[in-house]
Amino acid sequence: MHADPRGVLTGVHFLDGDHACCEGTLAAGARFAAGYPITPSTEVVERFAWRIPTVGGVFIQMEDELAASITMQGAVWGGAKAFTVTSGPGFSLMMEHIGYAAVTETPCVFVNVQRGGPSTGLPTLPAQADMMQAKWGSHGDYGIIALCPNSPQECFDLTITGFNLAEEFRVPVMLMLDECVGHMTEKVVIPEPDQIEITPRRYTKKTPEEFRLFEPREDKVPDMVKAGDGYHFHVTGLTHDERGYPSMTVDTQDKMVNRLQDKLKPFTNGRAIFEAADLEDAEVVVVSYGITSRVAQRAIEMARAKGIKVGKFRLITAWPFPEQHIRDIAAKVKALVVPELNLGQMVREVERSAGGAAKVIGVPHAGGTVHNPEVILKAIEEAVR
Amino acid sequence: MSECLVDIPADAINPVEPYLRSERIPHIWCPGCGIGTTVNCFARALDESKLDLNKVAIVSGIGCTGRVAGYAALDSFHTTHGRAIPFATGLKLANPELQVVVYSGDGDLFAIGGNHFIHAARRNMDLKVICVNNLTYAMTGGQTGPATPDHVISTTSPYGVFEPAFNLVQLAEAAGAAYVARWTTFHVKQLARSMEEVMKKRGFCFIEIISPCPTLYQRRNKMGDGLDTMKFYKQVSKIRNGAPTSECGLTKSGEIVVGKFVDRDRPGYFEMLNAQMTETLGDRYVIPEASSCGDC
Ligand SMILES: Cc1ncc(C[n+]2csc(CCOP(=O)(O)OP(=O)(O)O)c2C)c(N)n1
Ligand code: SF4
Ligand SMILES: [Mg+2]
Repeated sequence: MHADPRGVLTGVHFLDGDHACCEGTLAAGARFAAGYPITPSTEVVERFAWRIPTVGGVFIQMEDELAASITMQGAVWGGAKAFTVTSGPGFSLMMEHIGYAAVTETPCVFVNVQRGGPSTGLPTLPAQADMMQAKWGSHGDYGIIALCPNSPQECFDLTITGFNLAEEFRVPVMLMLDECVGHMTEKVVIPEPDQIEITPRRYTKKTPEEFRLFEPREDKVPDMVKAGDGYHFHVTGLTHDERGYPSMTVDTQDKMVNRLQDKLKPFTNGRAIFEAADLEDAEVVVVSYGITSRVAQRAIEMARAKGIKVGKFRLITAWPFPEQHIRDIAAKVKALVVPELNLGQMVREVERSAGGAAKVIGVPHAGGTVHNPEVILKAIEEAVR
Repeated sequence: MSECLVDIPADAINPVEPYLRSERIPHIWCPGCGIGTTVNCFARALDESKLDLNKVAIVSGIGCTGRVAGYAALDSFHTTHGRAIPFATGLKLANPELQVVVYSGDGDLFAIGGNHFIHAARRNMDLKVICVNNLTYAMTGGQTGPATPDHVISTTSPYGVFEPAFNLVQLAEAAGAAYVARWTTFHVKQLARSMEEVMKKRGFCFIEIISPCPTLYQRRNKMGDGLDTMKFYKQVSKIRNGAPTSECGLTKSGEIVVGKFVDRDRPGYFEMLNAQMTETLGDRYVIPEASSCGDC
């Protein structure tokens, strides 16, 4: 299906990442947003509040992030494509509702423009230190998808991808921007609506009598319904059977929790989204994401100029982690260098996936600014030594 | 050996049955619990209201009362603790033709969810909020809540409650509710009528139901069983429609003022939204319609 033209601002624009993300939500068909202001993410909802009345939809500023993250989900069950936006402290408040979205298989999008933490931290400065939180922040076992754009253009493009994946897999999708990407202004090309692919919600074709809310299709994902269509369905955050009814048995738990993770398995390999270059002859590969990938690019070019065979692997889907790809690369190279704006988060995943086949060198940074490319270069040089 | 006191014809049906998920019965509630009584009233109100049941949704938080959603044969949502109102807000805004009922406990709606309650009332969001106030956190074993009266013994106030309790009806009125009533589970006729009335009323409506939790509240406070509590309600409650809500605070064994206290017209959320946008954007404003992103 193609994008609804009413939401698409076709043309060449000069936008920051937050605004581009907002245009992505509109192009993706989002007609509902619930938010609570917090730097450096507020511009996303500010623009949505400005745009939505002439597109047709609702923006509501809620009383806190606990509310915003569940109001969004109410809207989804009412039939809307919906999202919420936050940063740092607000993301922490949303954790319970990431779990709720995961277990109720509510397709929705959480935008997190990462800033320095912990706590109030560095409200106006970048970090990438919520990566583990995005994956593990809610209690229990479940799966989510996380996408990491590294430019305003990607903030637009990946927001659409995020909404599409949320519908395809019925999961909460995290758009993990960072303050730099959110606030940098660059050229953003918004295509014609008929050039934008949209995944519609897969509503059941079954009758209310036949329909079971959590009966998976072959791809392990169940069909959707919405309130008001006569299905009289039940949604609960309790462990539930395929009818959606609470069932406190070990069997139900085992089946439900495993399926929540299994349905996302394709992202560990075939469905992983990434950008790779110069892997063929590489002795060292730099694995990075978000703003850090752009700083790493500079370091890679400097290393190449020095004759070092260095390749790049940029994570776009950070979660589920593209294990198989990293495993394959690790089998062929001496070392993997992982710079990130935190004290070592995704580097652990790289290490785990590499399984000892290659050396893994983290380049941590506490956040507040980006790496100096020289520091990454030094790590690359060390890696080939 | 039990003996039936009245002859029930073999083909008799319970009039509330169509409104309940009979495949989920028996329910989890204790003997003498008041929640079931309120659900019975709710089913009767649905019956009387003649609403299209496909267009009624029910949203609960967490608690013994939070389980109500799961027994109602409607589109039903058992959400997270305290967040029934914001979930219901999203549901209503995305699908304005739904009649959205929030059914939850005193702890859920006024402690962890208190902020959402006052803001939804302020916005005059078109929600029908039904609170079963058993004066305690029942599901977790009978702890003190924001509506537990002075001197009551609970597991977390073993020497007696000393924090002042919220007067829920006064809070609702002050925050902006369009309709405010209180009944006890003794007042089944009045309660069912109030429930039916709010189905037809636009805006934020609030019904508080004082209800027994014999297992945890009455037993611990030596107030008898479910039946004793009915007698107590009968004895101490006074119907005062239109009473100033400031005079309706509750004590452990004093008077319970019941009745309809507030019934006023305030512009609803959508009315205010549409008026403001039309004023500032004119023809450019696109009125939000019920979403259906499968075929948009
Ligand atoms: C975030 C969170 N905190 C605490 C709980 C535990 N909890 C479950 S129900 C409940 C209290 C419910 O009290 P009330 O709303 O009055 O409902 P009742 O059981 O009395 O009907 C609590 C504290 C929870 N489920 N979630
Ligand atoms: S614990 Fe109390 S409120 Fe809960 S079901 Fe039993 S009697 Fe009812
Ligand atoms: Mg209670």
